[in-house]
Amino acid sequence: MAHITIQNVRKSYAKTEVVHGVSLEVQSGEFVVILGPSGCGKSTLLRMIAGLESITGGEISIAGKVVNDLEPHERGCAMVFQNYALYPHMTVGDNIGYGLKVAGLPRAERMAKVAAVAASVGLTEFIDRRPGQLSGGQRQRVAMARAIVREPAVFLFDEPLSNLDAKLRVQMRHEIRRIHNQIAATSVFVTHDQAEGMTLADRLVVMNKGVIEQVGTPEEIYHAPASVYVGGFIGSPAMNFMGGMVAPKQACIALENGNRIAIPPALAAAHVGRLVQIGLRPEALSLVPAGTGAFDATFDFVEELGPARLYHFRFEDLTIAVLSAEKPPVQVGQTMGLKIAPEAVHLFAADTGKRLDAPALVQEKALA
Amino acid sequence: MRRAYFKNNWVAALMVAPQLLIIFIFFYWPTSQALYWAFTLEQPWGGGNTWVGFDNFSAILTDDLYWYSVQVSVIYAIGSTVLAVGMALILAVFVDRQLRGFKAYKIGMIWPYAIAAPAVGLAFRFIFNPGAGIMLYINQVFPGLWDPISNGNHAMAMVVIAGAWKQVAYNFIFFLAGLQSIPRSLLEAGAMDGARVLRRMRDIQLPLLTPTFFFVLVINITDSFTDSFGIVDTMTGGGPARATNLMVFKIFNDGFQGLDYSGAAAQSIILTILVVSLTFVQFRYIERKVHYT
Repeated sequence: MAHITIQNVRKSYAKTEVVHGVSLEVQSGEFVVILGPSGCGKSTLLRMIAGLESITGGEISIAGKVVNDLEPHERGCAMVFQNYALYPHMTVGDNIGYGLKVAGLPRAERMAKVAAVAASVGLTEFIDRRPGQLSGGQRQRVAMARAIVREPAVFLFDEPLSNLDAKLRVQMRHEIRRIHNQIAATSVFVTHDQAEGMTLADRLVVMNKGVIEQVGTPEEIYHAPASVYVGGFIGSPAMNFMGGMVAPKQACIALENGNRIAIPPALAAAHVGRLVQIGLRPEALSLVPAGTGAFDATFDFVEELGPARLYHFRFEDLTIAVLSAEKPPVQVGQTMGLKIAPEAVHLFAADTGKRLDAPALVQEKALA
Repeated sequence: MRRAYFKNNWVAALMVAPQLLIIFIFFYWPTSQALYWAFTLEQPWGGGNTWVGFDNFSAILTDDLYWYSVQVSVIYAIGSTVLAVGMALILAVFVDRQLRGFKAYKIGMIWPYAIAAPAVGLAFRFIFNPGAGIMLYINQVFPGLWDPISNGNHAMAMVVIAGAWKQVAYNFIFFLAGLQSIPRSLLEAGAMDGARVLRRMRDIQLPLLTPTFFFVLVINITDSFTDSFGIVDTMTGGGPARATNLMVFKIFNDGFQGLDYSGAAAQSIILTILVVSLTFVQFRYIERKVHYT
């Protein structure tokens, strides 16, 4: 059991700073996912927690102890690497038990622990094989077992599922969550896959260009993204964006071509005259006959998803995606109206990209 | 794999021809000549061979001087290989750890391989000259400590060091490449597992380096038997009292100094067979213990 405190941590390589002062609190037993595109500094942050990268500035403490200058193994962390990093010349059992062997655990005790952990992840029959003789999923399990066997206070995952095929990825995702629930160690999981982040996390940390954009539960982040960037990154299919201005005296956004999109009055009143980006989730839009919605758009093509269809429309020079479970038939080139519920509109400042909320909502959040 | 092919076979033949010609002139032709000479008695001034069967071989194999040369060659092979492989491994590990200034001395360490063996021999002859330079001072303080001119062991040590020095560069390149092909994440996993630098080296790097190690071993042993001529020739001339009379040097000496072409040819056939069988043994028995990943 250990909580992790990250205070204003920076990382520079020569003169290039890649992590610009990140602060984060991970509670004991929590599963935190750090989500971001490649190059956003998320792996670097994880490796600084692990002790594989030096910390240029700031402080990281695990279980109340500052670990900046501790060796990796002194920090009580175990790590699962993206390419698994299994020792190719050792058997599965030796791979799992290597940490215990280095720690000087007697052979009999070691073997017993390895056998127990191997059994818990379904590797018993493979214990004498070499990693080269295993499938991707099995190697992943060995990497997990190697981390589990040391009974670490903190689990670190560096994109552990990105080398697996789609089906196995979902399966291993479930398994990781199940293992976490069993042993309840603090876990920090780095990924660029927003679906992984959404499904695994107790709390999600969205990073971009070396800074944290937003921290919150997956639901909070999905329903109230803090910036255009987070809105666009979280959610699949991705959010639609349009530019406009909050119209005076009316609770709506005036688009550049004169169309209007209604928003809640309190939200409009707080930001009158402001240039904004509006974010619309594809599932918040619905199809209505032309002229009856907020605006009309030209149908382009459709993607069948099974339970729903994703319709792609052209509106001015934008493409707008609409997710519909009703699956109405639409002809290519047909004009349809798009309807939007006012409360489903996300508002972001056009200049900073930050989320704009109604004052009441802001207060409410501050209290919570 | 992509295969390029020529519609016109003549073009292909033309392109391969220079290389084939060189191999034929400098390898197959002399080898077949040597094979022929080994079974005949060649007159010292040439002209007229007499077929003698295995007489040349039996003469060599019953000659104590020949067996002494074999013994000396084995000592040289073991000594220079152990030294060259060991030093190269240590240097490569240092460079791989990217200690301060590693880029500069990486290049510096590769250079010696570009130096011809006789040049190496000459340079080391100056360095180890008991009557000049640093060895002169040492001999003044401890008289007789260093005397390669009359002490066979000293001469052997000198030849081994010079031979190893040249080979270190070659081994170094392979060890460094081998170390750098080990994924960094394996060492990081080792660090997470609590292994410190030396432990990681022993448990992870060295086992994964065994294929490279094996390759370097085969090349070094072969090389020490066949390629040591230049160093012996410039440093000791096989002496003192045949203490550094390596097999390859004895071949030259008997053939071109003693004008015993047939005996020298037979010796070179034996040396070839020895090297081939050594390599075979190494592949057959050592390779089994090597982890190829």
